[in-house]
Amino acid sequence: MTMKSYLPTAFIVERDPSRCVQCKVCVNQCSFGVHYYDEDENVVKTHEQSCVGCHRCVAFCPTNALTVRRNPLEYRPNANWRSEVIEDILKQAESGGMILTGMGSDKGHKIYWDNLLLNASQVTNPSIDPLREPMELSTYLGRKPDRVEFDAAGKLKTVMPPQVRLEVPIMFAAMSYGAVSLNVQKSLARAASELGTLWNTGEGGLHPSLARYTPNTVVQVASGRFGVHAEYLRNARVVEIKIGQGAKPGIGGHLPGEKVTDDVSRTRMIPRGTDALSPFPHHDIYSIEDLRQLIYALKEATNYEKPISVKIAAVHNAAAIASGTVRAGADIVVIDGIRGATGATPKAIRDNVGIPIELALASVDTRLREEGIRNQASIVASGGLRNSADIAKAIALGADAVYIGTAALIALGCHVCQQCHTGKCSWGICTSDPALTKRINPEIGAQRLVNLLRGWSLEIKDMLGGMGVNAIESLRGNRLHLRAIGLTDTEMDVLGVRMAGT
Amino acid sequence: MEIDALGQTYRELNASLNDAVQHGADHIVVRNVNGQRYIGTNLQASVTLELYGTPGNDLGAFMNGPLIHIHGNGQDGVGNTMNDGEIVVHGRAGDALGLAARGGAIFVRDGTGYRAGIHMKEYEGRRPLVVVGGGAQDFLGEYMAGGILVVLGLDERGLGWSRARFIGTGMHGGAIYLRGHVEDHQLGKEVGVSSPDEADRRAIGDAVQRYARHFGVDEKAILSAEFIKLFPLYLRPYGRLYAY
Repeated sequence: MTMKSYLPTAFIVERDPSRCVQCKVCVNQCSFGVHYYDEDENVVKTHEQSCVGCHRCVAFCPTNALTVRRNPLEYRPNANWRSEVIEDILKQAESGGMILTGMGSDKGHKIYWDNLLLNASQVTNPSIDPLREPMELSTYLGRKPDRVEFDAAGKLKTVMPPQVRLEVPIMFAAMSYGAVSLNVQKSLARAASELGTLWNTGEGGLHPSLARYTPNTVVQVASGRFGVHAEYLRNARVVEIKIGQGAKPGIGGHLPGEKVTDDVSRTRMIPRGTDALSPFPHHDIYSIEDLRQLIYALKEATNYEKPISVKIAAVHNAAAIASGTVRAGADIVVIDGIRGATGATPKAIRDNVGIPIELALASVDTRLREEGIRNQASIVASGGLRNSADIAKAIALGADAVYIGTAALIALGCHVCQQCHTGKCSWGICTSDPALTKRINPEIGAQRLVNLLRGWSLEIKDMLGGMGVNAIESLRGNRLHLRAIGLTDTEMDVLGVRMAGT
Repeated sequence: MEIDALGQTYRELNASLNDAVQHGADHIVVRNVNGQRYIGTNLQASVTLELYGTPGNDLGAFMNGPLIHIHGNGQDGVGNTMNDGEIVVHGRAGDALGLAARGGAIFVRDGTGYRAGIHMKEYEGRRPLVVVGGGAQDFLGEYMAGGILVVLGLDERGLGWSRARFIGTGMHGGAIYLRGHVEDHQLGKEVGVSSPDEADRRAIGDAVQRYARHFGVDEKAILSAEFIKLFPLYLRPYGRLYAY
């Protein structure tokens, strides 16, 4: 028996008949089946109930005939039983499943970046003009020795652990082939190589066509161990063990079988058409000692020539976990906050598990400093960083560099409609449908990413210059360059930041 | 050639093995192995290693080609994420044997610990084979996505998996062959039981033949007992968890 759905339409699609010329661009562009052409009437019509608000049709309508807006339908106001709550229950009553979603949490758990303000020089310690003075944004990721020794001729005697130079402290976060399309990965890899930074394969293996970007590639080793083999490790600049992800701390992932095409199967090295299951934990990591075992397995496999990174989700005990991770031998610790995105996760997890990156980052940096081991690993912050100011603030809170994922996808066209899990991405990003993936041209995609990071770099240089420092490393962990507004004493204490005006 | 591992750290031992292989060694006997980890991990060649003693965890992790004989017991993670090559354990092996392996073969004369063959995979022409002579413990073949896992139960207690639970939980590919009987309550919800068909019997015969050759036991005696096959009921065991 079919069940009538009680779910209301989320968006209203308005077509201005005086502008619409029945060109059917919207029909071809919409991957959710909203627009259709009625031949008898020679009119383009809509199935509004399928609209997800991705604006693909709006962007491509040649006559600006389309508007998409939220359905103004309102329930009786109720602070507890809000529309999202009601509709989630309806959806589950009709399906019996966990509500799956994509992207990062849309709940806006306090965004601390918005309560932190940067400093600038006035009169004393004059500011530096980045247009006529050198301004250093490059940094090095990797373990730093406790001390360095030089011989009589002034040559460095200490053997340095492997270091990776980044021209900008902004890297592209892990997004696996299968979750995003190959053209997205090509755009990221090409941009990273042009910018002198790193892109990250995610846990889905490395497609052979991307092997040429080795000097700019982070390869991931996650619980599914997809595509992890000797050559994969050789093709990396950094090897990253993925323990957790901000959008789904503590849980694994399922790439649905229909996304495991021939090419994805070869890259992940798994049978075609089966679900690619990433178990919740690594089956060989049940302790910090076990983590150390995998870190050193990877060091052995890569001849100690590559930094080993460990990515954890920002959770309540992030500081203690990060400390253990560094002691286990990680050269880089990545912390991914609750606003970090995903290709698919249960919404209940995405919106309720983990903590904001700002708090985790500050507490990890503080803890490692207190323990005298901050030099032993670089810290990379990620999870919903939106712009150059968020990045400058992250570095002031103690990050060596950041990962951006969602922001990079937005640069490629993503409109944050949160349908990543459906595989129907109309912008051709989070899909393996060949017709849709063509919508990303890697050359143009790379250009858009390079442009974004160029713009952000200029802004960060302006911020640094305004503070009177000429290197990103002078800002790192320099929390005196931050002040808080609208935060409690406890929050400021955790962040290690003083109240604005003091 | 011969290497004495006495007092060597794993880093030293693996570096000297690597060095020997770089200089063309194709057969290396290693004496006094005592807990050194990751042996064979960084060797990109078809070298044969004969290890005497007790190697440490993650023997042959990410391994891609070598043949390793352990004249002693293996510890945890033997053949972890192995790609190619062969490991022969003349003794027993610890937990997570052949974890996430996608190629190569592992033979264990005696029994093994928990999570053997967990998340093994296969693709295109690659299909890992793990043969355990004795028994195995809980979570045998959990999350298996491919490959062949054979447990012979030849240990002194008879069918050594008789107390193992959660066998094949989440299995969605490959095949597990058990010599003897298994109770329903020992199985994960995602596996089915059948008698081996012609193709299965060939696979079992081949595995047992290789096992018997490695350890000098009577192949026919092993094959004279009944085998059962455990197979995945679903390609997508967790496809119906979600609402879109």
